[in-house]
Amino acid sequence: MLEVRGIQTFYGNIQALKSVSLSIREGEIVTLIGANGAGKSTTLMSICGVTPPRHGEILFRGQPIHRLGAEKIVTLGICQVPEGRHIFPQMSVLENLEMGAYLRQDKAAIKADVDEVFERFPILGKRRQQAGGTLSGGEQQMLAISRALLARPTLLLLDEPSLGLAPLIIKQIFEIIRKINAESNTTVFLVEQNANQALKIAHRGYVMENGAITLEDRADNLLSNEEVKKAYLGI
Amino acid sequence: MDSEYFFELLCGGLVKGSIYALIALGYTMVYGIIQLINFAHGEIYMIGAFVAFIVSGVLTLTGYGGPTVLLLAAVIAIIYAAAYGYTLEKIAYRPLRAAPRLSPLISAIGASIFLTNYVQLAQTPDFLPFPELITDFDFMEPFSRYVSSVDLVILVVTTLTMIALTVLIKYTRVGKAMRATQQDAVMARLVGINVDRVISATFIIGSALAAIAGVLIASRTGQINSAIGFMAGIKAFTAAVLGGIGNIPGAVLGGLVLGIAETLGAGYISSAYEDVFAFGLLVLILVLRPAGLLGKAVKQKV
Ligand SMILES: Nc1ncnc2c1ncn2[C@@H]1O[C@H](COP(=O)(O)OP(=O)(O)OP(=O)(O)O)[C@@H](O)[C@H]1O
Ligand SMILES: [Mg+2]
Repeated sequence: MLEVRGIQTFYGNIQALKSVSLSIREGEIVTLIGANGAGKSTTLMSICGVTPPRHGEILFRGQPIHRLGAEKIVTLGICQVPEGRHIFPQMSVLENLEMGAYLRQDKAAIKADVDEVFERFPILGKRRQQAGGTLSGGEQQMLAISRALLARPTLLLLDEPSLGLAPLIIKQIFEIIRKINAESNTTVFLVEQNANQALKIAHRGYVMENGAITLEDRADNLLSNEEVKKAYLGI
Repeated sequence: MDSEYFFELLCGGLVKGSIYALIALGYTMVYGIIQLINFAHGEIYMIGAFVAFIVSGVLTLTGYGGPTVLLLAAVIAIIYAAAYGYTLEKIAYRPLRAAPRLSPLISAIGASIFLTNYVQLAQTPDFLPFPELITDFDFMEPFSRYVSSVDLVILVVTTLTMIALTVLIKYTRVGKAMRATQQDAVMARLVGINVDRVISATFIIGSALAAIAGVLIASRTGQINSAIGFMAGIKAFTAAVLGGIGNIPGAVLGGLVLGIAETLGAGYISSAYEDVFAFGLLVLILVLRPAGLLGKAVKQKV
């Protein structure tokens, strides 16, 4: 479904991605783990066209997308829940959700999807008129994921959805991700520091160090890999 | 203290302030989206007034009545100013989007100087008499001491314009895209908003508002020249900062506060110091409330 081939991404003169290649197949949950500053977020932003790669190529369903620009890439069904959630702070919860459906025209279906979100997360329904910036971290993460789902993505990119959340909420979030993948057949690319949990729900995983992929395997193999255990699982 | 005199000044200040507010909206909207002080915004206002002057001059010859001429002149002025604003962004600011912040600022000052001189050369540096297109309404006779008929038109038009702008920003697709871009430009792109188009729309809307202000103020003062954009621009910028730059209700509040303060200061102390009151007020607010009157209300959680 997605094919990343040797991309190199720069911030000015700083090279954040040296040569990243990876592939994601339809229906999978693939996780990308790595230390702070490894280049995980940059990889997602490169796929989404926010920081386009200087070299290399990205193919989505066989078509090159790395020159398209962010707003075009979204139309293909590639959506990201960025690190830090990026809720529109002065917009209400409802407006935030509606922004997720910005490119859709089917008003009735959007309304139905919003209602579904409020069913899944009653707390968001209760706060629908409240400014997004005033929600708690966990509520914001639920809102951020729901907003991305309102675009009806076929490929959902999640950047550290468990960041800064309490263990109970983290469990909930991972369960939601698993459900999204299983029930609506959404392919998931999950960036995580929480390697243990991520590898438990993922089919495959990549390990990233200093802007390059150093390891790739099935998730269960990575979970029992000695190096991974030492570096990322804290065992 | 003579309360009638006070009320007279207050009304005058309100009229002046609502014009400042219209121009200030353009500054604040652009700043909110791309954090740029568009120093050429005052010139867009001046161009609006000039286009209205030329159009009304031609139309008056054809024998149309004052209100029709004014309306047509305003519409054409809005279209012209919007086109200028749109082009200005494309030429002077867009190529510098990734440059250090000082570069577009210098470009803005350059654009401002260019437009002033362009109009001065293409038209004239002299003051031109703007035709009296708004004739006195009979029903305004008893209140004419406080509010002239022109003033009434100004107040009504600015109020309606601001209501329209509020509706546009709150409920329309482009308005929502503008708010989203202002609050989080990266996320705006991730939901599929074309940020370039939003920026263009912001310049178009801001310039249209400035053109409306230009037509209104020209009808009131009865004369225009190529340099009127400078002072109006600085005053409106002051109003925008006063209210909290980037904040839309703040621009309206800042405009009104500035207009009233200026008029009261001029009326009670000395009209020679009108500008001193305006800028003195700015300094005072910036010392006491650096973010402006309405500053930023909700902070983003990290
Ligand atoms: N806007 C930026 N400007 C300059 N350098 C940046 C920028 N964003 C990221 N970098 C650099 O690029 C490298 C990769 O950053 P990135 O955010 O992709 O890492 P990450 O793996 O997501 O880290 P974390 O786990 O902390 O989120 C880092 O060295 C970082 O300093
Ligand atoms: Mg990151």
